[in-house]
Amino acid sequence: MARGRPRFIIGFLAAPVALYLVFVIGPYGQAFYIAMTNWRGLSASPTWVGFDNFTRLLDDQVFWTAVGHHLILLLALPLITLTLALFFAFLLNVGGGGRTGGIRGSTFYKVVLFLPQVLAVAVVGVLFQAVYRPDGSGVLNGLLSVVGVDPVGWLTEPDLALWAIVAVMVWQAVGFYVVLFSAGMAAIPKELHESAELDGCGRVRMFFLITLPLLWDTVQVAWVYLGIAAFDGFAIVAVLSVDRGGPDGATTVLPLEIWRTAFSFSKFGYASAMGVALFFLTITFAALALRVTRRERVEF
Amino acid sequence: MRRERSVLSGLSHGALVIWSITVILPILWTFLSSFKTNTEIFGDPLALPGAIRFDSWGRAWETAHVGQYLLNSVLVVGLGTAGTMLLGSMAAYVLSRFRFRGNRLIYLMFISGMVFPVFLALVPLFFVVKNLGLLDTHTGLILVYIAYSLPFTIFFLAAFFRTLPTSVAEAAMMDGCSETRTFFQIMVPMAKPGLVSITIFNVIGQWNQYLLPIVLLSGGVEDKWVITQGIANISTSAGYQADWPGLFAALSMTIIPVVVVYVVFQRQIQAGLTAGAIK
Repeated sequence: MARGRPRFIIGFLAAPVALYLVFVIGPYGQAFYIAMTNWRGLSASPTWVGFDNFTRLLDDQVFWTAVGHHLILLLALPLITLTLALFFAFLLNVGGGGRTGGIRGSTFYKVVLFLPQVLAVAVVGVLFQAVYRPDGSGVLNGLLSVVGVDPVGWLTEPDLALWAIVAVMVWQAVGFYVVLFSAGMAAIPKELHESAELDGCGRVRMFFLITLPLLWDTVQVAWVYLGIAAFDGFAIVAVLSVDRGGPDGATTVLPLEIWRTAFSFSKFGYASAMGVALFFLTITFAALALRVTRRERVEF
Repeated sequence: MRRERSVLSGLSHGALVIWSITVILPILWTFLSSFKTNTEIFGDPLALPGAIRFDSWGRAWETAHVGQYLLNSVLVVGLGTAGTMLLGSMAAYVLSRFRFRGNRLIYLMFISGMVFPVFLALVPLFFVVKNLGLLDTHTGLILVYIAYSLPFTIFFLAAFFRTLPTSVAEAAMMDGCSETRTFFQIMVPMAKPGLVSITIFNVIGQWNQYLLPIVLLSGGVEDKWVITQGIANISTSAGYQADWPGLFAALSMTIIPVVVVYVVFQRQIQAGLTAGAIK
């Protein structure tokens, strides 16, 4: 590293650091303070209430419902997405007709599968409102009516709504991980798969004995990404679900409750307390994930 | 053996084709529905439109202000990404290549921003922007976009600058080139592949942002809204005004440019978006 003149270093850092302190670090710091107050807006000055907001949070039914939904997302989202993505990536790279070669048209498939990733979540939400329309005119119900199934209220049935939303999240995420895993699989030396095949190893065993262990690092990263995504869900739930988090709270998530508590009910202190809770949930998950998934790295 | 392989290949194609249809069908259906009448839309969802009608596209562009929203998005994302890249690459360069007191601290401060959920900052952020008089302005939104894009941009670019050889910059300095000029005329061109990836990452991230616009651009300034909040709002009001073809036209208008850009730059976009996970 070189020594730069102070004027040059300050000149290059001043603007980004200032912007970052004002809009990012400052608000994060203040959030912890506001969480300890009963602040309701501009006129009333905030009163210090200590941990009152957090005690209230423990008795808040909506809060626990939202946390429960995050736990469901935390299990379902990575499990379904990664299974599908690994499956498709394996088909693309090793599922071809040739000797352990890639499948024909793999670039085309990757382009199509990745596409939902570049669409805005809000746009995807509106798109799926039409797909899930409860009467016979929705795409999904229209397709099902061909095989004689009555229209289903995908987003209005409390037991179904959350899963309908999980399905959309999976729909959007799969392609990203297909591309990610595909790149990882392409980096595995061809000889490994070839010699396994010569030894009479079937594709399924090959996947579990060779591909997956060599890809484990990437799978871990993917798992952490999806786990962190499981603590969000704001945009898709806000746009797609009925009544923003409904029916009757059946799909609500913490970010949505934070937003609603702050900007609809003006309970800024309580909303910040929820934010702090969300922060600790995310951090706990990240720390656990890093501990659990740590494994010997296979060099190749 | 050969037969077995072609069966396997067929099954693989089958699975991939099914998922491809799952991806394309909703988008294609939206596009086709924009040409339908309201009656057709509430009829058989799998039927094709009776005729190609473009009036719904006109309504979406004019009455539903989709044109305005798209323009606003282009403006905000253009300036937001340009600002992010300029400030981010400057900070990343200094932090990765020069030794000075506080370097590590500033770097860690930027990186820590990747760990915090933005929802934690939401309430204070709203008031910071409000107190600066930037609420309901594009300037406010752009500055916030830049600030929240910096952590990942700096993390990624600092790692990238570290991989570049130092000799070229040193030679330039020997020849009397100033530090600032060395950065803009020598380091930036050398860092082009990294800059392209992260630019794509930021353009897509900022274009798709929904939370920050709905918090920072209130209902009172509908003419300043960006496309994501505009589309989400049309969908909630479509129930009352019952202009479904208009909604589908608005959706198509939003999706098609993105798809076209994506197909043209798919290699760079896939690389740009997955770059963060591979690092």
